[in-house]
Amino acid sequence: MTDEPLVLGIETSCDETGIGVVRGTTLLADAVASSMAEHAKFGGVVPEVASRAHLEAMAGTMRQALDTAGVRLSDVDAVAVTAGPGLAGALLVGVAAAKAYALAAGKPLYGVNHLSAHVAVDTLEHGPLPEPAIAMLVSGGHSSLLMVEDLAGRVEPLGATIDDAAGEAFDKVARLLGLPFPGGPPIDRAARDGDPVSIDFPRGLTGPRDLVRHRFDFSFSGLKTAVARWVEARERTGEPVPVADVAASFQEAVCDVLSRKAIDACRTRGVDTLLVGGGVAANSRLRAMVTERAAAYGITVRIPRPKLCTDNGAMVAALGSHLVAAAVPPSTLDIPADSALPVTTVSLADRL
Amino acid sequence: MLVLGVDTATAAVTAVLAEVDADGVRELASAVTVDGRAHGERLAPSVAEVLTRAGRTVGELSAVVAGTGPGPFTGLRVGLVTATAMAQALGVPTYGVCSLDALGAAAGPGRVLVATDARRREVYWARYVDGVRTDGPAVAKPADVHVDAERAVGDGAGKYAEVLGVRIVPEPRYPVGAVLVGLAAERILAGAPGEVLEPRYLRRPDVTPAAPAATRPAAAGTPR
Repeated sequence: MTDEPLVLGIETSCDETGIGVVRGTTLLADAVASSMAEHAKFGGVVPEVASRAHLEAMAGTMRQALDTAGVRLSDVDAVAVTAGPGLAGALLVGVAAAKAYALAAGKPLYGVNHLSAHVAVDTLEHGPLPEPAIAMLVSGGHSSLLMVEDLAGRVEPLGATIDDAAGEAFDKVARLLGLPFPGGPPIDRAARDGDPVSIDFPRGLTGPRDLVRHRFDFSFSGLKTAVARWVEARERTGEPVPVADVAASFQEAVCDVLSRKAIDACRTRGVDTLLVGGGVAANSRLRAMVTERAAAYGITVRIPRPKLCTDNGAMVAALGSHLVAAAVPPSTLDIPADSALPVTTVSLADRL
Repeated sequence: MLVLGVDTATAAVTAVLAEVDADGVRELASAVTVDGRAHGERLAPSVAEVLTRAGRTVGELSAVVAGTGPGPFTGLRVGLVTATAMAQALGVPTYGVCSLDALGAAAGPGRVLVATDARRREVYWARYVDGVRTDGPAVAKPADVHVDAERAVGDGAGKYAEVLGVRIVPEPRYPVGAVLVGLAAERILAGAPGEVLEPRYLRRPDVTPAAPAATRPAAAGTPR
C-alpha cells in the first residue's frame, strides 16, 4: 500500500484566500485570509477589491499553511486549485499562483471545480463519501443539487437556483432588517428568538406546476420580495418590525424548500446519502431540519463543520487528494481560470 | 546568476531568462505572446519554455524580476503572483521594476514619451531623458498627457498617435524582457534584500458589488 497523497489546495474564487494541506483525508492545515471586512461596507463582494486582496495575501497564507502542516512545498505530491466557477479576476490570481508553485516545485497541477471541492471537503471530517450521493451546495454564489456518482469525475447537475442564490437571499433580507453583511450568521442568531411560523412566506418552485419543470430548481427572489413587502407594510402603518419573527419565518421558508427538494432528489434517485455544503450549510436551522427530515426516510446526512462549509483551501486540497488517489491525470500549465466552469467538469484534466 | 524576468503589464505576456553578471545582462531565451486576454494561460508555459530552450532548470534560478506595471489590473496580477509564488517556492528574492521603464530604457537617447494602453480610452505614461524616467508613471486621457518629447514609444502611443501629436517610433511597443532584468541587475548583483512586489494600479477599484448568483456562472447546474 502506498502512502496517501499529500496535496496543497488553493482557493480564490470569491473573497477568501484559502490554502489548505491534506494528506489523504486528513486535514493538516487550513489557512484562510478573508477580505470580507473590506466588502461589508458595500453590502456585497466587490470583485476588484477581492482580486487585489488575493494577491496581497497569497504568499503569507501559503507560509502559514505550510508552517501549520509542518511540510515543505517540495514534500507535496500535487498542487490543486479552484479553476472555476467564481469571479474571473479572483480565480485568476489563484490559478496563476498554483501554476507558479507547481512549476517551481516540479509538482503536478490540478485545476478543479469549486462545487466538487465543496463536496470533497466532507471526506476530511467523515471519511470517504459513499457513492452515489446527492449533494446540495448552498452559498452566496451557488444553490445546486448534484448527483455525485463518482467524486473523481462523474457529477450530474439535477437543479440550481433560477434567480438568487440562497446565501444571497440571506444577505438581502439581512439588509432589509438592518442586520450586517454577510447576512447568514445575524439572521441565524436573530431567528433563535423568533417564531418561525408567525409569517407564512412563500416557498418558491414548490407548486404542482413548478414541480414539473423545476422539480430540483430553486428560486429565492420571490421570497426576498415577499419579505420586503411585508416589512414595508409594517413600516407604513408605523408598527415596529418584529425582526426576530421575520428572520425566523424567512429562514424557515428557505430551509423548508432546501431540505424538501434535497430529500426528494435522494428518494427519486434512490440514493441514501445526502451531503450538504457551502456557506449556508453553516446555518443551524438548515442543519437541524435536513437531519430530522432525512432521518424519517432513512437517509444519512453528512454536513461538514461550519468552518469547512465556507470557502477554504482545504476543500480544494481534499478534492485534489481524491483525484491523485484515483489516478486522474493532472492539468497542463496552460489551463484557464473559467468563471463559468460547468459542474460536470470536476477537474480540467477530464476535459481532454 | 540565472534570472527570470516576467512582465504582464500590457497585452504582451513576456518571460525572459537571462544570465546576469558583472559584465552585464545576457539574454538566454525569451517568449512573448501578444494576447491581452491570455495572461493567465500563457505565462507559466512561457516560463517553462524559456527554461527548456536554454537547457536550464528552475532550481538554478537566483532571482525573479517582475514588471510592476502600471497595467490593466487582471493581467498585471498574473505576472506579480507568478513571480512571487515562484520565488517563494525557490527561496530566491524578487525585484520589481516599473514596466514603463522597460520601454523607456530600451528607447534610446533623447526625450522620450512612453505610453501604453490603459483601456477605457486612457494611457499609462511616463517621460524619459536618455532612458531615465523624469516624470510619471501616471494614467490619463491621451489628450491630457503633457507630451514634451521628441518621440513616443509603446502600444498606447501608437494607438493614440493623432491625439498625442508626436513622432511615433514603432519599437519597442511592449516592455523588453532583457531590459527589465537589466534594470534590476545592480540589486541582483549586490544581493539586495528581495522586495514585496507591489502592483502599480494607479486607479482605485470600481466599487460595484459582484453580480448576483443568477447572472453568475453558478447556473452551471441548470438541469437538462
